[in-house]
This record gives sequence, structure tokens and C-alpha cells, in this order.
Amino acid sequence: MTETAMALDSAPHSLPKTPSGIEGFDDITLGGLPQGRPTLVCGAAGCGKTLFAMTFLVNGAVRFDEPGVFMSFEERAEDLTANVASLGVDVPALVAARKLAIDHVRVERSEIEENGEYDLEGLFVRLGYAIKSVGAKRVVLDTVEALFSGFTDTGILRAELRRLFGWLKDQGVTAVITGERGEGQLTRQGLEEYVSDCVILLDNRVEEQITTRRLRIVKYRGSSHGTNEYPFLIDEQGISVVPITSAGLAHKTSDEPVSSGVPGLDAMLGAGGFYRGSSVLVTGGSGTGKTIFGAQFASATCRRGERCLLFTFEESPSQLIRNVRSVGLDLRPHLDAGLLRIESARPSLFGFEMHLARMVRDVRRFRPTAVVIDPISAFHGPSSEIQAALLRLIDILKEDGITALFTGLTASGPMTDADHMVSSLMDAWISLRCIEETGERNRGLYVLKARGMGHSNQIREYRLTGQGVVLIEPYLGSGGVMTGSARLAEEARERAETMRRQRATEQRRRDFERKRLSTERQVAELRAALDAEAAELERLDEQATSWEQSLEQDRDAMAVIRGAAE
Amino acid sequence: MSGADKPSPVALAEARAFPDTGSPDGHYSLRLYVAGQTAKSLTAIANLKRICEEHLAGRYTIEVIDLLVNPQLAEGDQIIAIPTLVRHLPQPLKRIIGNLSNTERVLVGLDIRRQEM
Repeated sequence: MTETAMALDSAPHSLPKTPSGIEGFDDITLGGLPQGRPTLVCGAAGCGKTLFAMTFLVNGAVRFDEPGVFMSFEERAEDLTANVASLGVDVPALVAARKLAIDHVRVERSEIEENGEYDLEGLFVRLGYAIKSVGAKRVVLDTVEALFSGFTDTGILRAELRRLFGWLKDQGVTAVITGERGEGQLTRQGLEEYVSDCVILLDNRVEEQITTRRLRIVKYRGSSHGTNEYPFLIDEQGISVVPITSAGLAHKTSDEPVSSGVPGLDAMLGAGGFYRGSSVLVTGGSGTGKTIFGAQFASATCRRGERCLLFTFEESPSQLIRNVRSVGLDLRPHLDAGLLRIESARPSLFGFEMHLARMVRDVRRFRPTAVVIDPISAFHGPSSEIQAALLRLIDILKEDGITALFTGLTASGPMTDADHMVSSLMDAWISLRCIEETGERNRGLYVLKARGMGHSNQIREYRLTGQGVVLIEPYLGSGGVMTGSARLAEEARERAETMRRQRATEQRRRDFERKRLSTERQVAELRAALDAEAAELERLDEQATSWEQSLEQDRDAMAVIRGAAE
Repeated sequence: MSGADKPSPVALAEARAFPDTGSPDGHYSLRLYVAGQTAKSLTAIANLKRICEEHLAGRYTIEVIDLLVNPQLAEGDQIIAIPTLVRHLPQPLKRIIGNLSNTERVLVGLDIRRQEM
């Protein structure tokens, strides 16, 4: 990352380099092998030393107009020719065109009898002759240590090798010297003592029955270089190294959202989809529809007229197409239109690094705007390794602005360390869950994270229907989020509750009406009684008045009578 | 080329006793590879000539090849060390490297004299 930037700045001052033409290798060495100097390539048997050396030579001859000499101490010229013919290299044609010379040095102990002083001038003469015959700029000695089996006087041999490497420098050729990995040292005979400019170590490790080739630059005098162990692969296209440092974090970011292919999910994301060029993880247990999410995303990409590359590691392309057709998704038209490509391979076919390298190559060739990898959890191996490989893949995709959707199978339990490690690489993470309740399994999803955008915090129920993934309006009752029939039951319960409450209110209202009526009736009765009393009172008043009057009259009458009598 | 005499009965008997080492006429065809007139090369040439004269008089051929003059010839005989003596005949091919300072071992190495003799 920063290494690359630094080296680019200092490029004019650093020593001249000879490009190996090996994909990725020239990135980590910032230009290739030290020009005009010998480089030691060491490693155990079968780790690709000879192929590395041969590729260096052939690339020189074919691409850089630098003829080369291959001096083989082990394999015969015919065998070498046959070996690289499988990589599409026509050695005889190169030899005929005087761009390549192969010299097989046969060292047979039983044929050599030592008697008195000698030196290895013969080797120098042969090499010098071969270099002159093609005007070689590159030389390979594979594997010079074989000499040690042919001569008893190692003192002479070591002195002569030291002279040879010095002589190679004088010739101004860029040399690759291979050496077999030795016990406790880089090479069996300690060649690293003589070749001090650049030492490259190749390794071929088997972990959990899966082989991964790795390359490391042990030493590179006078130049900065990537210091990590870099995975490399050898296949029908030759040797290529997958460097981390050639990618880096310098990619441009985009604010443009791209649809997830699920309308409801887009609505949950603040930007209305995933950002273009971001990496998205969709995790879930078995049967949560991860693949369908992937396919729907791919289909949405193709509907926009963009190319999508779908890597499937669990199903064959035809199986995938059939399966997603069951949810109403037809990928055929996209395939026919050349917008969609499905690559499938068994994860156990080769190591994750190898898969990675192939994926990168496919991506570079097809140039998609979106990539789906279904699923990453298919790969087994140490999680740190898978994370490192994923990181490289993500960086490479980001560099090209490719949106990537990864699916991952998760156990139903809590997140594992591996999940955490992978998650840190992802820009968005959609978690699919199975919600098991009341004898049912329902599916729910939520946005676990979405870098750089606001997003819904709801757990949404979704269903896999004939029209694809459909998100259901969330039911947010008092008892939390409900799914499936529990949601329906809860809804019914709520309806009943409302009705009951309504009925109760009506009852109250009726009761009140009754009460009001009865109260009013009582008021009326009381008033009537009052009225009756008032009437009675009036009548009594009148009676009293009339009694008064009659009494007066009587008194007057009596007075009259009394007066008359006196 | 030194002329080959008629094979002596002894040589024929030897050839039959060691069929893989004998050429029909017991002729030795030797090539000595050197690179320039170095001390080692000159010593080797002198030693070889002396040994052959003493033990193979009249039935040997020596060809001295200077690789500085004819570098293309090094590959054919798989020359790595200098000086190298190659015995082309009798079969099988034998190589002796060094300045041939040990006469006894040269004789054994070229099967001129068997080790136990």
C-alpha cells in the first residue's frame, strides 16, 4: 500500500530492474529482478522453481526482447520443453529463432574420476558460448547444486561457484539461480552465501489437504520490496502472484447507489441501495435464501444493462438457474445477452488462494460491474488466511469499482471469530435469520451495518414468493416484532381487543344514558312533588284567608248582634 | 592417428574376459579438453602423453581440444571441469578430471590396469 507509493517516489534512484513478466511478481518487487545481477530462487522440491525460472526466460525472449540461456543441471532439454509446452510456450520455436538456448549439463558421479587439480572452466566456457550464441541478457542455472553430487572436492566447487556468480555479474546478465531448500538454511549447499543481491523463497504448503503455494522475498539488496508471503499459482496460464500491495486503499469511492434487487431492502438502506463499488455481505443460516438474494442482485445488475459475474461454489450453473426460477427469477435472458456469467467450482478443488487467483483473472477478463460470490463460507482453512485472501479480492474489486456481494453461511448461534474478521472487510452486512416461534420458522432480515449511510434498524419479515423476495410491512405491536402466524394471531388478538374495548365503551354509554334518564325522571318526580306541595300550600293559604275573612265577618256579625242586644 | 597393429593374442584374451571394456583391436581413443595454455592444462597434456607412451604405445589416439578455441565442443562431451580426459574407446565412456598427476589412478581409471593387479 504505502510501500508502493514510497517506491514509486524513489523509483528514479533505485537500482535498475529487469521485469520478470510474471503477473504480480513485478508489483511486489517494484519492477522485477535486479538487473545484471544474480538472484537466488530457492524452495523445496516441486515448489515451482524451474517454472519460475523458465517463465522469467520465456517472458524475456517473447515480451522484452531479451534472449536467454537456460542451463539445466537436472532436466534434459526435451523434458523442459515438454513441461512448458503445457503452458503454451513453444520452446523449439524460440530456440530456432535464436531467442533461447538450452544447455543440459549432465553430472554423473559414476562417470567422473578425479585425478589431480581441476577447475570448472568448462562450465564457464559453455555458458559463455551459449550467452554469445543468442546474445543473452538473461541466464538461468537450474539447479547448480547438482554439481555437488558430481564432485568430491567441495572446496574447489565452492570457490568456482563464487567465481561463477562474479563472472555472471561481469557478463552483465540478469541471472536466476535455483537452489533446493536445505535443512536449517535456505539452500542445501548454502548458495545464499554467494548470491547476496536478491533471494526469493518459494514454498508449497499443505494445510488441511489443500495446497497453497507461497512466495516471499527474503532479501533484495538496494531495493524496497513487499515483505509478506504472497500466494502464487501455477496453472495452464503459467505462474502468477497475487499481491496485496498492488491493490491498496487508494481506490475512488462512489456515492451512487445500486439496487440490491429487493425493493424493500433498498428502502431500508438510506442511500436507496448499496454504494457502487462497495462490498456487501449477506449472511444467514441454511434455507434463508442467501443464494436468491445473490441472484436477485445479479439480475438487477443485468437489468440495468451492466455485466455481472456470479461465482457459485455449491451449485452448478444449471442447478442455480433452475433453483432461482422457483422464485420467479429467470437468469437465462441475461446469460443469453452476455451480461451474466456463472462460474462454478468445487471449493475443495484447490486452495482458496488458487480460487482467488482464478476469480481475479475471470474478473479482469469479463470486466463486470458487479460480482456475486456464493458463498464464501464454502472455503475452509485458517480464518486469518481466508481473511487475507478476501481482503485482496475486495481490494482488487474496489480498485475496479466493482460492487461485490458475498453470501455466507452462519451457524444459528452467536457470531464466531471468523464472522467478525470477515465482517470488518465488508461495507454493508445484511443478516438473514430464521425466527423460530410458535412451531414455525419464519424469515427475517435486518441491516447489521451499512457504512456511510443511515439505515433502518427494523427486523423485517420477508417471504420467498413466486415474485422473488418480498418484504412484509413490519408488524410493530406491543409484544415486539411478530412474524408468520404469530403476527397474524397478534393482529387478530389486537382486533378483538379493540372490539372488546369498543363494546365496553358502548355499554358504558348505554348505562350512562339509562342513569341520566332515571336521574332526570327522579328530578321530574321530585319537581312534581314540590309542585304538588306548592299547590297544597296555596290552597291552605286560600283556606286560611277565607277562614280569616269568614271569622271577621262572623265577629262583625256577632258585634252587630251584641250591640243590638245592649 | 597412430597406426593400430594387429591385435595381440593377449589383448584378445583380455577383450573376451572383459567384453565391456575391450575394443576389438584394443585401441584407445582419448580426448583431452583444456582451456588455454594454463599450468593445469599443460601438466595434464604432458602427463597423458607420458602415460600413453609408457602403457599404450602404438594403440592410442589423443585429441587435445582447446575450448577457448572451440567452445561449441564442450557441450557434446558434457565438459564441466577442466582439464577433462574422455575415453571414447574402448566403451564405455570414461571421464577423468584433473591434471592426471596420479599415474596409477589414471591407469585404473582408463582400465589399462585393473585395480588389484
